[in-house]
Amino acid sequence: MDFTFNAEERAFQSEVRAFIAKNLTEEMKRATALTPSVFSDPDIGMAWQRALHRQGWGAPGWPVEHGGPDWTPAQRWIFETESARAGVPNVNVMGVKMVGPVIIGFGSEAQKNFYLPRILSGEDYWCQGYSEPGSGSDLSSLKTRAVRDGDDYIINGTKIWTTHAHHANRMFALVRTSDGPRQQDGISFILIDMKTPGITTRPILTIGGDHEVNQVFFDDVRVPMTNRVGEEGKGWTYGKYLLEFERGSGIASAKLREGLKAIADLAESDLTGRAIDSPDIATRISEVEIDIDALEMTELRVLSALQTGQNPGAVSSILKLRNSEIRQAVTRLGADVIGHDALAVEPMRPLYQLNHEPATPEEMLTVVPEYLNGRAYTIFGGTSEIQRDIIAKMMLGI
Amino acid sequence: MDLNLSDEQRLLRESAERFVAGSYDADHRRKMANDPLGFSPVVWKQFAELGWLALPLPEEFDGLGGSAVEIGILMEAFGRGLVSEPYVATVVLGAALIARCGTNEQKQTSLPKVADGSLKLAFAHSERAARFDLAKVATSANKTAQGWRLVGSKIAVLDGHAADEIIVSALIHDHHGPSRRIGLFVVPATAEGLAISDYARLGGGRACNIGLSDVHLPEDALLGDGSDALPTIEWAVDGAMAALAAEAVGIMQTLLETTLEYTKIRKQFGRPLSANQVIRHRLADMAMQVDESRSMALRAALKADSPPVERARAASGAKAKIGKCARFVGEQSIQLHGGMGVTEELEVGAYFKRLVAFDTLFGGSAHHYARHAELGRRA
Repeated sequence: MDFTFNAEERAFQSEVRAFIAKNLTEEMKRATALTPSVFSDPDIGMAWQRALHRQGWGAPGWPVEHGGPDWTPAQRWIFETESARAGVPNVNVMGVKMVGPVIIGFGSEAQKNFYLPRILSGEDYWCQGYSEPGSGSDLSSLKTRAVRDGDDYIINGTKIWTTHAHHANRMFALVRTSDGPRQQDGISFILIDMKTPGITTRPILTIGGDHEVNQVFFDDVRVPMTNRVGEEGKGWTYGKYLLEFERGSGIASAKLREGLKAIADLAESDLTGRAIDSPDIATRISEVEIDIDALEMTELRVLSALQTGQNPGAVSSILKLRNSEIRQAVTRLGADVIGHDALAVEPMRPLYQLNHEPATPEEMLTVVPEYLNGRAYTIFGGTSEIQRDIIAKMMLGI
Repeated sequence: MDLNLSDEQRLLRESAERFVAGSYDADHRRKMANDPLGFSPVVWKQFAELGWLALPLPEEFDGLGGSAVEIGILMEAFGRGLVSEPYVATVVLGAALIARCGTNEQKQTSLPKVADGSLKLAFAHSERAARFDLAKVATSANKTAQGWRLVGSKIAVLDGHAADEIIVSALIHDHHGPSRRIGLFVVPATAEGLAISDYARLGGGRACNIGLSDVHLPEDALLGDGSDALPTIEWAVDGAMAALAAEAVGIMQTLLETTLEYTKIRKQFGRPLSANQVIRHRLADMAMQVDESRSMALRAALKADSPPVERARAASGAKAKIGKCARFVGEQSIQLHGGMGVTEELEVGAYFKRLVAFDTLFGGSAHHYARHAELGRRA
């Protein structure tokens, strides 16, 4: 057992730090710090994706033959941790971490050749068409339908909670191509060009004041059948594969720690009248910090298992669940730490391009929006209730 | 970075688990609960033979030079059987204090005897008025012509009744009156003026309160050179907390497994309890908290020899978090067993009580969250 990084890993850590120091501009850093939603705006996020791509780090989890950097689990952990520490923008996760692995795993050669380089370079921006108004946690009850017509599918229906659909030029979607005995049967995985006629996007504003998610409507949208990934009717299998990536990407503690640090800094500042002098606040900061310590150790245990080729199993559900709960604890604490400043609402977005003097100091601008938006963490990607079902089934066998 | 067990560590875990499963059952535990000694000298001898008493001791004094991680592996297995032998008192606290601040001669006198099982130790530090503050010691050690005279009283001394020697902390008084230095004194169990009143400890094993009325000791009863022992005491107690944290993980794992089995077998309204989502989610929460506790116990062990503030925050973090999780897992285990969980007929209660004792020892969750916060501000 070794709780330190070895010489090679430390050298890699220095390499990552040097890369970040060279490429992360003050503008990107400030924009990221002042983004209260989950994802960075594309102009910021894709600038970072391009920098990563130039370095050959555009898709950390991909195999080498498709442009992955061939990192060990420890290297991935170091990369994610250093990135979080430095406050780098979020890249287009729906491309790199979601649809990319599915195309690599199940796509045709033509699809791999066409889509993968465009994800790496940041040319394509992806959104995810999974949930529907009638299908949230019970995802496989989805009703958006694709009917064959010659070499095409004609798609009708609607998708909801579609993050950055208003920025994306491509969507991957689960659609129903037939009705099987089980509702999981007859679902197919389709890649859709967002400029196709018949697609309309309606913004949905969330309680934190951000426009991040949308509802997307499909009216007789014609998509070539060659845009289907894998076999017709097997989409559920591919979709589940992807969800495991979404839940178990598994390196969240560093980001949580940075979030808590920002709150703790505010608590120690005169801006909050030194909130930390209240024993309640000081103890709560410790409580959250210790929860992050526990999550980090679990991540490192998973990483150690992965390094020796073991399967970490249902632990990925634990990681998703704890990450979301701790995220909420951090943001709740933040809203309490800033006291009366929590009353001020700043409706303009983006917060890093305000053309007026805000009511609160800049360091506090994201605190309440993050708290409010953060309620979604225990809902998206499978609610906490669904995660507990998974833990009971996979870990406990009940 | 590699948190997988090494081959040696895996062997240690297997042999400890096998030993506990073979030697500890409900009958044995019931017998020990009513035994005036509270543990088995035969088992203690086996511990010596297995090398467990020598495990963390320095190699030059017949030890095996093991780390807190190995202690944790052993303690987790002990937790699964609710082992009641005075391992923490003798090895994790007593021997560690001697190894850390004793003179070479003192180490040579004591440590090989700890390793071979012929010397049992205890650490008497807590005082009623101090609550959980390790720096607060009223017991006094007064310099005399021949050596020292100890006066005071101690509480919650783990396994003090069984110890051959008790290490007592006391504020050193020299010719000028009280100093600011705490000293550690080796007091033979047979010393005149030493009064030991022992009691059955919640969750198994025994503890005692100690009175010291003019206990006269020779000069060399003082461990080391007489410099302030508080940093050593903090280090040793942090180490004991890390060890007990691992024990708590073993206890919680057993409770989780027992409760899970029960909810699969017990039928109400025509179906197993585990068919109800409210029960499945409760068990998922328990499993999650056991896993978080495992992470924190390992973390405390891995940082047992880190610089003081880092070490202490890891130990307090583990103590606080695991204390909270232990109460939840223990209380929910009883809840899910229904009425039977409250009886002495099942062992759920015994495991729960050991967890309550864990949370209380050296300060409960609230104390350690506050200590963690305080250390964070000083850092």
